[in-house]
Amino acid sequence: MRRLHFHPCGNYRESYEEELAIFETDFGRLWVLIGLVLLFGVIPWVSSQYMLYVLNTIGIYAISAVGLNILIGYTGQISLGHGAFFGVGAYAGAILAQRVGLPFILVVPAAGLVTAAVGIVFGLPSARLKHLYLLIATLAGQFIIEYVLLEWESLTGGPNGIIVGGATLFGIDLGNDRAFYFVIFILFAFLTWTGVNLIRTRYGRAFIAIRDNDRAAEGMGIPVFPYKLLSFGISSFYAGVAGSLYAYYMMSITPEPFNLWLSIEFIAMIIIGGLGNVPGSVFGTVFIVALNEVLSHVTEYLMNVGATGMAITMAPLREFVFGLAIVLFIIFEPKGIAEVWRIIRSSFRLWPFSY
Amino acid sequence: MEFFLQLLINGVSLGFLYALSALGFVMIFKSSSVLNLAHGELLAIGAFLFLLLSAWAGLPIVVAFVLTLVGTFSLGFVVERLFLRPLIGENLIEVIMMTLGLGIMFKGLLLFIFGGDIHSYPRFLPESLTLQLGNVQIPSVNVAAFIVGILFLIVFGFFFKYSNQGIYMRSVADNQPAALSLGVHVRRVFALSWAIAFLVAAMSGIVLGIINGINVHELSAIGLKVFPVVILGGLDSIGGAILGGVIIGLLETFTGGYISTSLREVVPYIALVIILMVKPYGLFGLVEIERV
Repeated sequence: MRRLHFHPCGNYRESYEEELAIFETDFGRLWVLIGLVLLFGVIPWVSSQYMLYVLNTIGIYAISAVGLNILIGYTGQISLGHGAFFGVGAYAGAILAQRVGLPFILVVPAAGLVTAAVGIVFGLPSARLKHLYLLIATLAGQFIIEYVLLEWESLTGGPNGIIVGGATLFGIDLGNDRAFYFVIFILFAFLTWTGVNLIRTRYGRAFIAIRDNDRAAEGMGIPVFPYKLLSFGISSFYAGVAGSLYAYYMMSITPEPFNLWLSIEFIAMIIIGGLGNVPGSVFGTVFIVALNEVLSHVTEYLMNVGATGMAITMAPLREFVFGLAIVLFIIFEPKGIAEVWRIIRSSFRLWPFSY
Repeated sequence: MEFFLQLLINGVSLGFLYALSALGFVMIFKSSSVLNLAHGELLAIGAFLFLLLSAWAGLPIVVAFVLTLVGTFSLGFVVERLFLRPLIGENLIEVIMMTLGLGIMFKGLLLFIFGGDIHSYPRFLPESLTLQLGNVQIPSVNVAAFIVGILFLIVFGFFFKYSNQGIYMRSVADNQPAALSLGVHVRRVFALSWAIAFLVAAMSGIVLGIINGINVHELSAIGLKVFPVVILGGLDSIGGAILGGVIIGLLETFTGGYISTSLREVVPYIALVIILMVKPYGLFGLVEIERV
C-alpha cells in the first residue's frame, strides 16, 4: 500500500503534477467518495418527492452553471446570454426527441452539440469585442434567441411550445423523479469531473491565460480567438445538455422561462458561488435554488394564513432579496461561497492553533 | 405617403425618448467607464419620486421637481458610498455585476412600494408648447422632451469640455491609475458622477413618465433598450446618444410599420450586433485601438 498523503506543514511541492493535483490529501479523496455514496446511495432513497424535485432542479442548473463558470470565471468572457443557450438546448432536445424521434441517450449529447454550435455563432463577436462590448453583444444574443424561439412557429411551436414525451433509457422508464435523479446526477458528476479536469489541461491553462491577459497570451503563442470560441462552445455544450434534461424533466417547454432573468440567475449563481471555481458554481446553484424555494414558500405560507394582500406585495421582495444577495456577496466575499467554505475547512484543520 | 410621414414622426419622437433615457447612461460611462445595468431602475426611481412629491404629496410642480432632483442627487451619493465605493480598483465584471444586483434590488423595492400598475402625473405642461407643422401636430410633451434633450447636450457638453470636474471625470474614465497619480480625487469624482447620473436619469424618467405613464416594468425595460442606442452613437458621446436614439427609434417604427410588428422589438438588438461587428465604437465614440 502506498503512503497516505496528508497536509504537509509547508509548501513542499517539487513538480507541476503536484501543483495541479485535484486532491491535495487522501482525505479529500475520501470526502469525495463519501459525497458520492451519499449522493447516489442515501439521498435519493430518503428524500421526499418535493425534495427530489428541488435536488433535480439543482442538478440541472448546476450543470449549466459549471459551463458558464468555464466561460466567465476561467476565460473571462462575460456572457449575458446563458439562459437563452439553456433554452436552445431545451428546444433542441425537445425537437430531436419529438420530431426526429431520437432516443434519450442520443438526444442529450446531440442537444449539447447543437447548442455548442449556436454558442460559437454568438461567440463570434468576441473576435473584436472585449469586456463590456462583449457583454452587450451577448445581451443582444439573448433577445434574438428569445425572439427566434417565440416566432419560428413551424419549428418551436411558438408560444404553445412543445410537449416532450417521457424519457426511457435501456428500457427503463425515467418518468418519475427518482429515476431521473440518477440520470441527472450521473451526468452532473461526469460533467463536473470533466470541468475540473479541463482546467488542468493545456486548454484550461490557455483559457486562464486569456482571462488574465489576452495580449500576453497571444504573445505566448496561444491562438486567442479560436480558444475564446472553444470556451463559448464548451460552455454552451454544458448549457445544452442541462437544457435538454430540463425539457425532459418538465415534459413540456415554452419560450417563457428562458428569458433574461434566467441568464441573470445563472450569473448570480456563479458570482455567489465563486468565479473561477468549479465546485463554487455548484454551491452557488444550491444557494440560488434554495433561496428561490424558501422565498416562494414564504409567499405561499402568507397566502395560506389568509394574508393574500401581503403575499402579493411580498412577491417583489423576492427580486429584492436576490439583488441584495448579489450585492452583499460582491462587497463582502467577492470570491463567493467557495472561499467561505475554504475558510471554514481550514479553520477546522488548524484548530486549535488557528491564527 | 401619409403613413410614411406618420411613421417618421412616431419614430423621431420614440427616438427622442430613447435618447433622453440614454443620457444618464452615457454620463456614467463617460465619467467612470462603468456600464450601468441598473439604468432603467434609476429612471424609475426619479419618476416615482416625482410622482410621490407632485401627485401624492401635492407639492407645486416646480418645488416637486427641484426636490426630486435634490433627492436623487443625494441618493446617488449614498448609493455610491454604500455599494460602489468598495469596488474602486476591482475588476470590471464585479462592478458590472454590482450594478446588475443594484438594479434587481431597486426594482424589487419599487415594485414592493408602488406595485406594478401604471401611474400617471397630473397634466401640467402648458398647451402653448404644442407645435403645429403643416397638418402634423406635435404634442407638447415631445416638444418638452426635445428641449430637455438639447439643453442636456449643451450643458453637459460644456461641463465635460471646460469645467475642472468634467475634465477630472474624463481623466478618471480614461485611465484611473494615471488620474490618481496626477492628484485627481478619484473617489470624489466617482461620487459626483453617480450623483449626476442619478439626477440625469431622474429628469429623463420624469419626461418618460409624462409621455408613457409610470410603470416599473416598462421603465426598467427601457433601461435595456438604451444599449443599442448608446452603442450606435458611441458609448461616451452625448450627441451620439441623441442621434443614435433617433435612428433606433426610426428603425423600430419603420420595421413595425412595413415588415412585421413582432420583429419591431428585436430589430434594435439585431442592429446592435451588426454595429458591434462593424464599428464597435459607434458613430461618435472615442476609438481606442486595441487589437486582440
